[in-house]
Amino acid sequence: MAIIDPRHAARQRVYEVAFRSATLAAAILVLMILGGVTISLIHGSWPALSHFGLSFVTRQVWNPVTEKFGALAAIYGTLVTSTIAMVIAVPVGFGIALFLTELCPPILKRPIGVAVELLAAVPSIIFGIWGLFVLAPLLQRHVQPWLIEHAGAIPGIGALFKGPPFGIGILTAGFVLAIMVLPFIAATVRDVFDTVPAMLKESGYGLGATKWEVIWHVVVPHSRAGIVGGVMLGLGRALGETMAVTFVIGNAHRISSSLLAPGTTISSAIANEFTEAVGDLYTSSLIALGLLLFLITFAVIAAAQAMLRRLERRALSSV
Amino acid sequence: MNRRAFRRLKNGLFLTLSLVATLAGLACLAAILWTLISHGMQGVSWRLFTQMTPPPGSQGGVLNALYGSAVMTLLGILIGSPIGVLAGTYLSEYGRRSKLSTAVRFINDVLLSAPSIIIGLFIYEIIVVRMGHFSALAGALSLAVLAIPVTLRTTEDMLNLVPQGMKDSSAALGAYPWRTTLSILYPAARSGIVTGLLLAVARISGETAPLLFTALNNQFWSSNLDAPMANLPVVIFQFALSPYKEWQQLAWAGALIITVAILILSISARILLALLQSGGGGGAGR
Repeated sequence: MAIIDPRHAARQRVYEVAFRSATLAAAILVLMILGGVTISLIHGSWPALSHFGLSFVTRQVWNPVTEKFGALAAIYGTLVTSTIAMVIAVPVGFGIALFLTELCPPILKRPIGVAVELLAAVPSIIFGIWGLFVLAPLLQRHVQPWLIEHAGAIPGIGALFKGPPFGIGILTAGFVLAIMVLPFIAATVRDVFDTVPAMLKESGYGLGATKWEVIWHVVVPHSRAGIVGGVMLGLGRALGETMAVTFVIGNAHRISSSLLAPGTTISSAIANEFTEAVGDLYTSSLIALGLLLFLITFAVIAAAQAMLRRLERRALSSV
Repeated sequence: MNRRAFRRLKNGLFLTLSLVATLAGLACLAAILWTLISHGMQGVSWRLFTQMTPPPGSQGGVLNALYGSAVMTLLGILIGSPIGVLAGTYLSEYGRRSKLSTAVRFINDVLLSAPSIIIGLFIYEIIVVRMGHFSALAGALSLAVLAIPVTLRTTEDMLNLVPQGMKDSSAALGAYPWRTTLSILYPAARSGIVTGLLLAVARISGETAPLLFTALNNQFWSSNLDAPMANLPVVIFQFALSPYKEWQQLAWAGALIITVAILILSISARILLALLQSGGGGGAGR
């Protein structure tokens, strides 16, 4: 019935090809960004990597004057601060998720959930300034002297809590990171808990299990992959977090046996030193640090995504 | 009997712990907001919004930094969001199940949680080194790279919510997919896509790390995109770590401004999304 104007149809086809190509180009651009990041980091870090070789990751020395650079102290700081953060944030985030899905009165569920998510929206520099001016003095005056006196005397782990209470340092950075990744872990684990079918939980209650037993023996096993995925996502954040750590870490390129001592992380070393770096080798060493961080976080995030995706597929297939 | 009492006790213990964990999380948010308000309010005055960042030891405001942040955030969104929306459209409408889409989805999720300082290094390598100097344009581009994954993800999710029947109806009228997308899908998913934009603005406006060595900072008013430009996050960073009282005060005031702005953005994004889900926003056309 409709009269098709051939010129109109041809024009439509041209528009179609143009629009389709535009969306395709945008999608490919996303891939190219990641490729570009990888290539530019390798290119930028090449002078340092070829100069130092493998010793770049095995040496602790970081001396801009003699131009000797090793990443070990920064790698150590990154791993230790993230570990402290996860040790604190995983149980607490798990508790929050559990409270929100199983205990919370329905009226409070949304407000508390939103409040936790808002904590995730606060920019990291705010955590940094808060950590430096509020948390660090608090730890220095009340927590660290106690740790030095009591935990410092325990054989074995005592060495972790030796030395003067600086306030800033590895431990404080770990605390700030814990508060930062907490909302990510809590929100992901909550969403995972929500996917557990009510029927399974009710079967548990039907057998006379307590609430905790249902959570521990039904909800957690059912959502294990998702929980691990959420935790890894939080770990990825903690490893790469820059500003919050930069404020409170103290920026000292050395490995100290005490957690109370100042240290450095990969990201905070870059943030602190990049604009002041003179000489190609110095700049290149900092970019090499960035490459290391990129590789570590890429592996962690990729593993997290793989696990969350597996869970998503299972949720879809069980519907 | 004893065993039952033990199980009850264990139950009570762990449930109490989860309550304590939640209270601790909320206490952190409250503590941060309270500190910001109590320290920041002292510094909020007319001067804050009308004067430039001062030299050490004198009074001033953060007008140049506010302007710079606004310009770079706006540019970042203007460059990044069209790419994110178009790529999201491709994933949802053209290549839903293709290998390319699976790869793009995966890479996008990686970019979404990649450390922002890495993006800063990337832009430094490809723009700053090549141009030979720091510039506001480089800062805006690094923010754009951060905005892409957020808008892509929300666009794809929101377009997937549009009922298949609407697409079919449009196709039955003889419309090509591009026509359907522009005239049917985008309007239907409008509030969802706007939510994604708001979230992207909230994400990039507080970013500091990628600006440190792209836009750098500028103590003076500058509207030149080809030169270093002041911006609020870097000003907060430099002033908070300085030994000068006036600078620290400005850092707190700046921190308050940025947090309030971001919280307002995130809350409005959430309200928009809630309206959409209840069908009240005329959203997905249900």
